[in-house]
Amino acid sequence: MSDALLDVRDLVVRYGTVTAVDHVSFTVDAGETLALNGPSGCGKSSTVAAVLQLRRPEGGEVRFEGRELTTLAERELRPLRPRMQPVFQDPYGSLSPRHRIRDAVAEPLKVQGRWNPADGPARVAELLDRVGLDPAYGDRFPHELSGGQCQRAGIARALASEPRLLVLDEPVSALDPSIRAGVLNLLTDLQDELGLAYLFICHDRAVVRHFADRAIEMRAGRLVTA
Amino acid sequence: MKSQSEPTSDVTPDVTSDVTSDVLLSVRDLRIAFDGVAAVRGLSFDVREREVLAVVGESGAGKSLTTRALLGMLPKGATTSGTVRLRGETDIAAQRGRRIALVPQDALSALSPVHPVGDQLAAAVRSVAGVSRKEARARAVSALDRVGIPDAVRKARAYPHEYSGGMRQRAVIAMATINEPDVVVADEPTTALDAELQEQVLRVLGEQREAVGAALVLVTHDLGVVREHADRVLVMYAGRQVEQGPTERVLARPRAPYTAGLLASLPPDAPESEPGARRRRLPSIPGSPPTPDALPPGCAFAPRCPLAEDHCHQEEPGSWTADAGHDVSCHRWDEVPYPATELFLEQPV
Ligand SMILES: Nc1ncnc2c1ncn2[C@@H]1O[C@H](COP(=O)(O)OP(=O)(O)OP(=O)(O)O)[C@@H](O)[C@H]1O
Ligand code: SF4
Ligand SMILES: [Mg+2]
Repeated sequence: MSDALLDVRDLVVRYGTVTAVDHVSFTVDAGETLALNGPSGCGKSSTVAAVLQLRRPEGGEVRFEGRELTTLAERELRPLRPRMQPVFQDPYGSLSPRHRIRDAVAEPLKVQGRWNPADGPARVAELLDRVGLDPAYGDRFPHELSGGQCQRAGIARALASEPRLLVLDEPVSALDPSIRAGVLNLLTDLQDELGLAYLFICHDRAVVRHFADRAIEMRAGRLVTA
Repeated sequence: MKSQSEPTSDVTPDVTSDVTSDVLLSVRDLRIAFDGVAAVRGLSFDVREREVLAVVGESGAGKSLTTRALLGMLPKGATTSGTVRLRGETDIAAQRGRRIALVPQDALSALSPVHPVGDQLAAAVRSVAGVSRKEARARAVSALDRVGIPDAVRKARAYPHEYSGGMRQRAVIAMATINEPDVVVADEPTTALDAELQEQVLRVLGEQREAVGAALVLVTHDLGVVREHADRVLVMYAGRQVEQGPTERVLARPRAPYTAGLLASLPPDAPESEPGARRRRLPSIPGSPPTPDALPPGCAFAPRCPLAEDHCHQEEPGSWTADAGHDVSCHRWDEVPYPATELFLEQPV
């Protein structure tokens, strides 16, 4: 048994008769970045959904912090979910348009019973500050932020859950060229400081080379050896 | 006290005068506004015969509006001034589809969902050439064949939704080039596609452009694409020109801090195994681009510019010629270091 943070073995995802993910295996260690590449439709998103247990796989194991997730009931998964957080490509998509940034970042704390009115607001301000957003932005709605600011707010919200693993689905490809490097730097700093592991989906080879410790590639549902 | 050269006039300097006869498309002091808010603020450039001009910039920089102005198809409510001339003619709309054609970002928007793709291409042919239906259909099929659509005879009878994303974009390229225009305008033709398809589609676009001898205006935010495909590049920021010139010169020696910062912030193209290439913080441009309704005074880049001085916050820079055909809009253009790595390395937040 490996002691990887995330250990995916023989993962299979099917939609009807179509096999979207065909016996895919990989591991991600604590503090490590694994890049997952491949053309659109190759099964990356299905893999991510199965890892996060947003969709139960048709076969295989997803072991996270040593526990097999695919056989757990939703009730048993609930306390584990905060520890693996997604950050999506569309910076506006991961935040509800009707909630102020402050409330979006506070929500995980509240849902997980870690909200304390005395120091909650300070914790939110600290998280916003941590991702390089002036806490004054907490008063704004997502559409009142730029794409890069919104992506930072989404990361702050993910951090509120105190995750060990972030699943980053093309986190910079929708961002303006002049703000991409800043968001990548933020992710680098957070990893160094908090020991986060990243499963990083990205099709920009130069970004992958710079940012990832290892890379794997999928094609038509299977891993190809690089 | 640093020396400063005089700004040249808004009109592109006459370093190009020896080739003026080559100028196909000429844009002078183009301004586009909505409800008094200026989105494009005085843009001048030329496109010469058979040349590839890349237009780069942030989202909202005004790239799409500029391309729409080239085609005479600006949205309702837009107030414009300045001129766009295609071979000296100002009535561009009349030449659309003949002398100038668009490849939009979203291929679906360029095709009608209710007609077979081949019929749409044939109709485009018949709109300019007095040929028979049969001849038009034959040309449509061979156009699809040329852009690499397999089994073109059968695919010509299929509807756009029966095409994959990459095939659809090829069909749109076939449509844009079928009447052998002088200029093809492609507005981020590949951003909706994955990396591999992007390369294929750009290759097909390049081949077709060559085949019909058209010039290409290529909007992209990918400096790698610029390097590979463009003869010249126009860099835009907040509705204005930052810099324009021959691709090698602009990329090898950018004169504007914005261009220099963009180049510095690209992850280095180091070999996979090079230790330490990873995990280094990248140089980056602080802050984010302004929206047209909240432009800062003076140079629009000043709040993010490590070289900004008082003067920059007060006065918008004019245009200077750095070297032949290479123009830059920055008060301090002759002081911008290259590479600008140090300039854009900030401390961790
Ligand atoms: N029909 C319209 N009505 C009002 N404002 C508009 C309209 N079209 C564009 N704008 C504004 O003009 C500015 C420039 O828009 P444009 O679409 O040209 O940007 P762009 O450089 O193409 O950006 P992107 O990279 O996101 O495609 C933006 O601030 C945009 O909001
Ligand atoms: S004009 Fe001034 S602020 Fe603008 S880019 Fe040049 S140095 Fe920077
Ligand atoms: Mg656009």
